[in-house]
Amino acid sequence: MKIAVCVKVVPDGQLRLDPQTKRLDRSGEATLNTFDVNAVEEALKLKEAGSDVEEVVIVSFGPERGLEAMRKALAMGADRVVLVSDEAAAGSDLVATSRVLGAALERESADLVLFGQQAGDSDGAVLWAAVADRLQRPLISQVAELSREDGKVHGKRQTEYGYDVLEAPLPAVIAVSDAINEPRYPSLKGIMGAKKKPQETLSLGDLGVDAGDAGEAGSRTEVYALGDPPARGDTVKLEDDGSAAEKIVQFLLEKKAL
Amino acid sequence: MKPADFPPPFDASEFVAAPSDPDDERIQVGVLIVGAGPAGLACAIRLGQLLEGAPQIAARLGDVPVAVLEKGKQPGSHLLSGAVVNPRSLRTLFKGRVKTSEMPFYGRVEHESVYLLTQGRAMRIPAPPTMRNHGNFVASLSQLGRWLGERAEEGGATILPETTAAKLLVTDGRVRGVRTGDRGRGRDGAELANFEPGSDVLARVTVLAEGTQGHLTGVALGRLALEGDNPQVWALGVKEVWRVARPLDRVIHTMGWPLRAGPKYREFGGSFIYPMGDDMVTIGMVVGLDYRDAELSVHDLLQELKTHPLLRGLLKGGERVAWGAKTIPEGGFLSLPRRLHAPGLLICGDGAGLVNVPALKGIHYAVESGRLAAEAAFAALQPGETPWRPGALARYDESLRDSFVWDDLRRVRNMRPAFGRGLVLGGALAGAMTATRGAFPPGSSDLEPDADQELISAGGAASYPAADGKLTFDKLSSVFLSGNKTRDDAPNHIRLQTDVPRELARLWENMCPAQVYEAVEGGVEVTASNCVQCGAITAKGGRLTPPEGGSGPEYTLT
Amino acid sequence: MKFLVFLEHHEAVLQKDSLGVLGKAASLGGEVEAVLLGAGVEGLAADAGRYGATRVHLMDDALLAAPLPQPRVDALETLVGEQDFDAVLFAASVLSADVAAGLAARLDAGLNWDLTDLAVEDGKLVGKRPELGDSVYADVGWTSEPRLALIRSGTFEPAESAGTVEVEKFESRLQDFSLAATMLEQAHEESQGPSIEDADVVVAGGRGLGSPENFALVEELAKALGGAVAATRAVVDAGWYPYAAQVGQTGKTVSPKLYIACGISGAIQHKVGMQGSSVIVAINKDPNAPIFEYADFGVVGDLHEIVPKLTELVRQRKAA
Repeated sequence: MKIAVCVKVVPDGQLRLDPQTKRLDRSGEATLNTFDVNAVEEALKLKEAGSDVEEVVIVSFGPERGLEAMRKALAMGADRVVLVSDEAAAGSDLVATSRVLGAALERESADLVLFGQQAGDSDGAVLWAAVADRLQRPLISQVAELSREDGKVHGKRQTEYGYDVLEAPLPAVIAVSDAINEPRYPSLKGIMGAKKKPQETLSLGDLGVDAGDAGEAGSRTEVYALGDPPARGDTVKLEDDGSAAEKIVQFLLEKKAL
Repeated sequence: MKPADFPPPFDASEFVAAPSDPDDERIQVGVLIVGAGPAGLACAIRLGQLLEGAPQIAARLGDVPVAVLEKGKQPGSHLLSGAVVNPRSLRTLFKGRVKTSEMPFYGRVEHESVYLLTQGRAMRIPAPPTMRNHGNFVASLSQLGRWLGERAEEGGATILPETTAAKLLVTDGRVRGVRTGDRGRGRDGAELANFEPGSDVLARVTVLAEGTQGHLTGVALGRLALEGDNPQVWALGVKEVWRVARPLDRVIHTMGWPLRAGPKYREFGGSFIYPMGDDMVTIGMVVGLDYRDAELSVHDLLQELKTHPLLRGLLKGGERVAWGAKTIPEGGFLSLPRRLHAPGLLICGDGAGLVNVPALKGIHYAVESGRLAAEAAFAALQPGETPWRPGALARYDESLRDSFVWDDLRRVRNMRPAFGRGLVLGGALAGAMTATRGAFPPGSSDLEPDADQELISAGGAASYPAADGKLTFDKLSSVFLSGNKTRDDAPNHIRLQTDVPRELARLWENMCPAQVYEAVEGGVEVTASNCVQCGAITAKGGRLTPPEGGSGPEYTLT
Repeated sequence: MKFLVFLEHHEAVLQKDSLGVLGKAASLGGEVEAVLLGAGVEGLAADAGRYGATRVHLMDDALLAAPLPQPRVDALETLVGEQDFDAVLFAASVLSADVAAGLAARLDAGLNWDLTDLAVEDGKLVGKRPELGDSVYADVGWTSEPRLALIRSGTFEPAESAGTVEVEKFESRLQDFSLAATMLEQAHEESQGPSIEDADVVVAGGRGLGSPENFALVEELAKALGGAVAATRAVVDAGWYPYAAQVGQTGKTVSPKLYIACGISGAIQHKVGMQGSSVIVAINKDPNAPIFEYADFGVVGDLHEIVPKLTELVRQRKAA
């Protein structure tokens, strides 16, 4: 059995949008999206628990310099990295990203594809569903407890209405929540060994994806303008004269917050 | 009352041990360098160059001939400096390999000004010879460190980030390596589910390049009897980087306001304002930690400095993009250790105290010392030699004494004690000192530890501006900007007495730029996860020990 | 412009957020239709009519009983393929986010998520998306049809209208892989009250409470409001409250409709964890506390007096 973990490398520190391209400025330091570290941890746990897991492969899509940030996953114990990196792919939206990532995952034909809960930079929390559809595989998202038996996975998750438990046969796509585990620290031997593990960089051509189907050309959304957040409205500040509680209730009623 | 009356519960023997991991779990490397700063990385780079030409020696060193431990998330994460860099040592290090124009500098210093400030006015004074920067380059040390890290890895070094050196491994007076710090302990020290114990990393030569307030450097100096005649003293620097609307065309240093003159305050320091390309400037405030007013806060002095008309104009329409703090060893020549080597051990850079205070420079000394350490280590790895033979590494001290580093430091040796006595006109003084090659100012050149200064309450805080969130900022929003994401339930890495008089608690509360300490009834409360590891607490009555690897600030522009 | 709004329902009730999106679409002009997918849900169509839908496309099928996304993608693909819609709108939820993204891949359609507003400008649909912790607002659009949009939860209030609704049934062949995932257990409530991330109301306590015992004041108010209790780092550090309740830079990020801060100074570390709240009320005795800079309603006063009174008033109102 093979597990693929999809990860994103996100800018480290204060995020900034480039006013020209209206895209996130990715020129600075980069780091592995923290939510994806939970997915890596879960994959490693499955590998440790089941002798039939041969490999945990990290799959990503983004600038080539992200390889370094992905070493953290290798240091934790993942076996190899596949990075799809192509200048023509810059600015890919959900549709384009899921197409490229889907192609990379088809090539890996993993039995289980794991995603983290969200991207720390774009706050996106939907990619797995698009990828599951590309791969035509069952999906369970927001999984807070994952177990596996007889070619099936069970995922327990929290939704707006409480908990539910889903089951899916393998191969499947699972998105985990950050409540699922506490990621390990890489051991020193793990860090030392990470650089020597296989790290493959693929172009769109290697995956047979047409350049016109990725990047801005392959995207279906656009950003027109960036602006300031709307003013919060007038803030009220008053000294309590004994009637503050009543005034708060009045205010909440006005705001329909009660 | 002085901070030294309340020494921290700290015993160096706790941080010295013999290797304890079973043989097959020990990690064996050739040369182990502690600290991925300019000294450690220069050492790694030079070793890479030397081993490239000596494959048989490299082979003898095993799979990992050169390893660099770094406690920050990556090289540069914990680096902070002005910085105007004298490129001399980097040129030597990269001779024939990398041109100065290919190094990550923001540009050559073309113009410079020194001002004496009063509240509201700036008087331009001639730059003293030690502060002349023509031909030097402005850089972010954090970025320079990151770049040096890449060069070191290209040269074959293995950089191990997020890893602290917690204990010095010593047997029979010979330094064998270090034990790395544990990760995944709870507040009370208990092992969490993801606990990852440290490892013994053994090496033929261990190079301590830990920077200011080096934890193991301090332990080694004491245990291996390397200490010099004078204690080390420190200054605390707090700086910000701003994105600005208009470029600054010069480097600026200021003296005077908002620091107070007068011997009773002992407020020695000044500010620096450097351009970082066309759209950024960096502004820093540096104050000697022998100051006495328990109300003084360097962070807030920096905020106050920015309200000066000279700064206001510069920052108008700008935005603060980075903040950080760090101590600077200031004892200079007088505080240098007796020796910088011991069997199996070399000490470089700021950790050794190689800083030229009147010139505000140490990066080129760090690089030079790292390079010389590499050469001494390499010589001791030759067939027939062993690095733990007493004196086998003495070549390092000899070459450093013969270098321009020693010459420079000797020349300005009496600067720091003189300032402590209340001389504030640094320009004239530094000039005279340079002219007399260090003989002036005359007199005894003893240094007192910063923690031995009697505390006073002299209203230093009275003039600090309230944070407006635009020009001036509070400490917590600053810590936030430093990228510090230390987990809240990590063990406390700061050793100090918490049951202390109010005045000392207030000193710590005000001194700390990261709001780690809070004076409460009966003593002080510590929020260790705010700590940006500047080291000021070690100078002023506490002791910083290495926190969990990977914690602390994540500087990228400082 | 012709809109299709995805109607989410739970225990035979249409979700308020879906109805809010219906209302928003109606306010933009054009045709507003809705899609209702489930088993035995036909009765809900009329409700959609009362909130702005003129036609409800209904697929009532036992295979759609469980709230799983993939069969819904199949159904929507069929519907959108048969009828031209300019835009398909979803109110964000665990289910609808997965449906929207799956549909985007299926149709090669653009999806903009986390939108807090929609407008038609020069005949073009434009969405408003907050980015970087809501510090920047981007105007976003689509380069092809249909335009798929996920609206941030709690954004639009439902508006009742007196329209009639036409119900149009449709069929769709569901794909094998879409039916592979199954629900074993559903909506089994285990936690006590909402978690702080999910709660509509969060009442938070800080050091101004004075002692751990005073967290009872915060808990009482939260209970009266049906909300969750949060705490600042300082009090979690002090051991007054468990870490799970910590809001801020190193704790959780919450964006409830109402956030009441009791005895919280509001340093930036705290602010980043709660600035997305729709309405912020602060009670603090220090008039210079930073929280007053971004609280919608700030009271300078003694929370030990104000909070119990407020709790009592809220109880009375809820009882009434």
